[in-house]
Amino acid sequence: MIDDALKTRFDTEIKANKIVIYMKGNALFPQCGFSARAVELLKPFGPLHTVDVFSEPGVRDGIKEYSKWPTIPQVFINGKFIGGSDIVTELAERGELEALVKG
Amino acid sequence: MKPELIRDRILAALPGSEVEVRDTTGTGDHFEARVVSPAFTGKSMVDQHQAVYAPLEDVLKTGELHALALKTYAPEQWQKWVERNRK
Repeated sequence: MIDDALKTRFDTEIKANKIVIYMKGNALFPQCGFSARAVELLKPFGPLHTVDVFSEPGVRDGIKEYSKWPTIPQVFINGKFIGGSDIVTELAERGELEALVKG
Repeated sequence: MKPELIRDRILAALPGSEVEVRDTTGTGDHFEARVVSPAFTGKSMVDQHQAVYAPLEDVLKTGELHALALKTYAPEQWQKWVERNRK
């Protein structure tokens, strides 16, 4: 079970930052192709707040439970869970990312 | 498993949808599906995907269905896709 402190941390983090990516590695050195792709696709739309799930072990399982989504990376825009790298890729192809960021 | 079985389950969960399922590896466990459903209107893509995964949860858990790549569209999103790709 995800504890209250962790839940509060996620709540605060995704509210305080327009684009949040829970990923493997960081924006400069992604350590997984899917995480790298999410970063590349979102970079044009503003500053990214990235969280490295490797450097914070509790976060890796915690975020999966928080969003009810089984894989990393996970993207949140304007406080809402958007999806993983497939969904972000699809939204980019449809040209819908910008509208999501503008909210 | 057979693509028809996946299609039937999706259709049962989302009546009135247009569903196309393809075995991507020929091994009966990796598929991709395109689902156009009126139930998707106004829903985020995550919600759309979760609505498709829901009726397949058991076979996804057992690994009988190992991967299902999804493209989901509300009818008006699909219409846009068709117009964009028409030439």
